[in-house]
Amino acid sequence: MAVAAEAPRIALAQAAAERRFLLGRRLLASPAMIVIGVFGILPLLIMFIYSFLVAATYGGVEWSFTTEAYVSFLFQRDIFDDTLQFVPDYLQIYLRTFVLAGFTTVASLIVGFPTAYFMATRPPSQRNFWVFLITLPFWTNLLIRTYAIQLIIRDEGLVNDLLRAIGLIDQPIHILYTNFAIMLGLLYSFLPFMVLPLYTSLEKLDFRLVEAGFDLYATRGRVLRRIVIPLAKPGIIAGCILVFIPALGAYVTPLILGGGKQHMIGSLIATQFGTSRNWPFGCAQAFILMAIVLLALLVYVRSTTGKSRVAHG
Amino acid sequence: MAEQALSAAQVLDRAAGRRGRRFDLKRQPGFGVVALLCVAMLYAPILIVVGFAFNDSPSVTRWSSFSLAWFEKVLANGDIHNAARNTLVIASCATIIATLIATAAALATTRSRAWPGQTTVYTFINLPLVVPEIVTAVATASFFALLAQQVGISFGIGNLILTHSVFCIPFAYLPIRARLEDMDLTLEQAAADLYATPWQAFRRVTLPLLTPGISSGAALAFIISFDDFTITQLVAGAGQTTLPLYIWGQLHKVGVTPEVNAISAILLVVSILFVSLSFLVGRRR
Repeated sequence: MAVAAEAPRIALAQAAAERRFLLGRRLLASPAMIVIGVFGILPLLIMFIYSFLVAATYGGVEWSFTTEAYVSFLFQRDIFDDTLQFVPDYLQIYLRTFVLAGFTTVASLIVGFPTAYFMATRPPSQRNFWVFLITLPFWTNLLIRTYAIQLIIRDEGLVNDLLRAIGLIDQPIHILYTNFAIMLGLLYSFLPFMVLPLYTSLEKLDFRLVEAGFDLYATRGRVLRRIVIPLAKPGIIAGCILVFIPALGAYVTPLILGGGKQHMIGSLIATQFGTSRNWPFGCAQAFILMAIVLLALLVYVRSTTGKSRVAHG
Repeated sequence: MAEQALSAAQVLDRAAGRRGRRFDLKRQPGFGVVALLCVAMLYAPILIVVGFAFNDSPSVTRWSSFSLAWFEKVLANGDIHNAARNTLVIASCATIIATLIATAAALATTRSRAWPGQTTVYTFINLPLVVPEIVTAVATASFFALLAQQVGISFGIGNLILTHSVFCIPFAYLPIRARLEDMDLTLEQAAADLYATPWQAFRRVTLPLLTPGISSGAALAFIISFDDFTITQLVAGAGQTTLPLYIWGQLHKVGVTPEVNAISAILLVVSILFVSLSFLVGRRR
């Protein structure tokens, strides 16, 4: 009898403890939610609203609704008869961005895979050092590192000086301000994002499987193709996503190595807030870029949930 | 019998042994070379900038002789003093704000069963890592422009501090959370058994154990703020020049000078010091 009378009181006490637990957790999380909500997410909404406003002459916006910013992405309005003409200029910048990001991803996979494999096959005591070595450049200033690449590849830079000193060339090779220069810069910037997830995958590789492969008379190349690469697939996918997505939004690299001649989406957006003074257009482009990136991430997350999880760099 | 028990790998091993090298299962020809080239590629630009900062001649890529002249010029430059002051004020404030917020959030999201709303907290905290920098820059610049024009509020340099705090939070959060997840819950339970109040248990047990994670997170947050260029460039108002903005201004207006190398070298060394610190402290048990 006494036990039965206790039961509702215990349930009440549990409910109160549960409420206290939830309240405590929510209170602790609230500063993060408020600061990120107000200064991180609210601005994204305002950016979205701005993309439907009219550009003011000297930067900023006028508060009247228009879809001009999205229309002018593909069309140019004729000044005289107000008809729309298809202009692929901006589309070309998008295309170039995707192609550059794609090439960068492939190039970083080609360089990153052997590097990650080499790291993963070091003795365990050395591995942390290698991870540190690969991560360290990421934390240094990207602007400065990109400027350094400019010093290396410009007409009177180190590469051209060296080639002339050897006597291979008379005239400097123009590398700076080309698509190739941008790709080189992107590869350099995002290589660690490829190496680290690959390393995480390869470090877990069970080398007994490799041994089994050799037992069955496979060559080294065959073991790599049929055993190592298939097992590293989650890392390869994660690495490709982690390189491709930030490469799409790159700004510093096209700014310095493209010299304002070779735009990417990122530098196109920034121009709208600088010399072009077309904030709504910049906001619309930024919104499109964000939508592409979030969509790509969503597809990636959907495709990996339920399968083996990959630690992100 | 013994011969039969040998695996094919051991046979290969012996065959290789006759050629003077042990058969290594894990070796792939050429991979070591690529790894070394990769590291060389990552570090060459950094070494070149730092190296030529000590170059005597005004050329940035042709070596003449060792000199500290450019560093003296940097130290005597008033514009750089201002930029350095702005950078340090913004980075310090953003680090303190981000680390406090991230510590609270990490305590809220670890070491208990999942609670409703926890996923939303993760999404919020990771958002600055997912949204491209240029998008954050554009959005934040529009936001503060709107505040200034429509509401008449501007926090001055506080605009930059708040902006930086937001994208520093995930970088501070990750090491703190990792540390918390490694910590043993039984330690606090032991404190509670010994009649410690929840606050005492936190102050005397949890916090001291968590300190390496917090320092590690704070160091990363500081570096991320200290080095930021893209977002700062679009959000900064007149007179709010930071060191990365100053460097860009010089590159843009004056072109390549050894003075830029000297100031860049200082920035690189500061970053490397802080990250090494974060790495060493974070690993301490």
